[in-house]
Amino acid sequence: MTKKTGRNIGKLFVFILLLIGGIYAGFPVVWMFLCSFKPNTEIFAYPPTFISDTFSLNAYRSILTNSEKIRFFLNSYFVSSVVTVFTLVVSVLSAYSFSRFEFKLKKTLNMLIISVQAVPPITLLIPYFGLIVALKLYNTYWALIFTYMVFTLPYAIIMMTGYFNTLPRELDEAVMIDGGSRLLALWKVLLPISIPGMISVGMYTFMQAWNEYLFALTLTKTIEMRTVPIGIQQLMGQHSYEWNEMMAMSILGCLPVLLLFLFFQRYFIEGMTAGSVKS
Amino acid sequence: MTLNSKPGSLGKRLTPYLYLSPTLVLMIVLMLVPIVIVIGYSFYDNVIMNKHPVYIGIKNYTEIFTDKNFHQTIYNTAFFTISSVVFHMIIGLTFSMLLNSKLLHRTTRSIFRVIFVLPWVFTAAIIAILWRLMLNPNGIVNYFLTLFGTINSKVEWLGSRDTALYAVTFINIWSGYPFYMVSLLAGLQGISVDLYEAAEVDGANSVQKFLYITIPQLKPIIVSMAMLDCIWTMQQFSLIWMTTGGGPIRATEMLSTYTYKLAFSKYEFSQASSSAVIILVFSMLLAFVYVRKQKARD
Repeated sequence: MTKKTGRNIGKLFVFILLLIGGIYAGFPVVWMFLCSFKPNTEIFAYPPTFISDTFSLNAYRSILTNSEKIRFFLNSYFVSSVVTVFTLVVSVLSAYSFSRFEFKLKKTLNMLIISVQAVPPITLLIPYFGLIVALKLYNTYWALIFTYMVFTLPYAIIMMTGYFNTLPRELDEAVMIDGGSRLLALWKVLLPISIPGMISVGMYTFMQAWNEYLFALTLTKTIEMRTVPIGIQQLMGQHSYEWNEMMAMSILGCLPVLLLFLFFQRYFIEGMTAGSVKS
Repeated sequence: MTLNSKPGSLGKRLTPYLYLSPTLVLMIVLMLVPIVIVIGYSFYDNVIMNKHPVYIGIKNYTEIFTDKNFHQTIYNTAFFTISSVVFHMIIGLTFSMLLNSKLLHRTTRSIFRVIFVLPWVFTAAIIAILWRLMLNPNGIVNYFLTLFGTINSKVEWLGSRDTALYAVTFINIWSGYPFYMVSLLAGLQGISVDLYEAAEVDGANSVQKFLYITIPQLKPIIVSMAMLDCIWTMQQFSLIWMTTGGGPIRATEMLSTYTYKLAFSKYEFSQASSSAVIILVFSMLLAFVYVRKQKARD
């Protein structure tokens, strides 16, 4: 009997904490969502309106019919997708080398790849400014793609190396005994079974690229080269605070990441922890 | 294997580097070279703006280290980083333990897992705008606080020197805890049930189980998370830049915004470079400890 009441009290306690936590984590997001359906005049209404009588999709409409704003999204999709594909290809090749070969500089290079993750973006920004201009990449997609890869590659390589290490070497040796090359073994045997690892790495890379702000702010200049994070921020200056539009654009801006997360949650969490905790 | 790749031949020794070459080229051009350049810049009077920069030794560094604003920046960054890391850990651990609780139904757990992880899917630009809306003097946060009688006048959370640093720290805590939560949850699920059962047989209560089993088992994860978080939080730029821009009057100036302003508002690229090198050194020291810890674990 006492054990049962103890259990019930425990359950109540857990539920109260869950509720508090749920409000803390979720309320700001709900509020963002609600505000995106309000007219701008009602944003700071007193007392606040939760479900607006004047529910409207105007904020979304005005973003989706504005070619300048659509361009932000297209830019972000393009840059993030290219970064993801390039990062996957390059990291798979490097990871294959780290996982399947013994060579002199292996330990050193591996250590360097791990520590490179700690280099602050702001430190690289100043030299990048000159370097990107000198390479004639200023205000181009390539400026963003290459600089983003410097930050997405280390994690991707560490993750993929860990993944390949769990796959037995006999698999690729079997292909090579049949006269196949190493690349064939990698392509035909290792890649198909590494798809879960590649999804997790790809997602993480896409998220990083989609969210990047500092380089996008400094290495591009014209409005048609801007990405979503910069676009959202520019909404603040231009239109004297159209809060409802900013909230609508935020919702649209987080949609790809949210959907990726919901679909691949399991892979993502597994990959994430494997990479960050056991690199 | 083909004939020309006899063991020990040059071709064979170069193969691993061939696979690594795209990474190596990128890292040399966009990591190694820039670091050398930025260190070089930091010893000149002013680069980029000046056609013929003059070597001045460590003068930029002494100027920064004696700058009062830089001291304030160091204090702000330390406060911001340490508070964020501590609260990330507390909230992350609490939430992960809730989500791991056997008292809850599986569906409840998976619904709350998605809710708790929500702050993570938002980029800094969105988080900044959302909290500027909520922390506005006429915003929803002030409404609720007035309703509950906690405050009696409209507080300008991000606009006042007394509260801005706390406000940006609060926002950063909100946006960063899911990273811990997710990792700690995986860690908790990895702890063997036998340990808890054995402790129960010995008559341990829940507090004792938490202190003597959960915490020691999670310690390696907690330590590496905290190190990584320290490095990243110390470098935080976008959130600060888009909420307060380092203001009002430097109340939330961090190392990163201080450096950015030196370079791109004042065009003092050499001083900015020395400041950037200082951040690099701090980060590398932390990274060194982190790598050592990781190695010790393996």
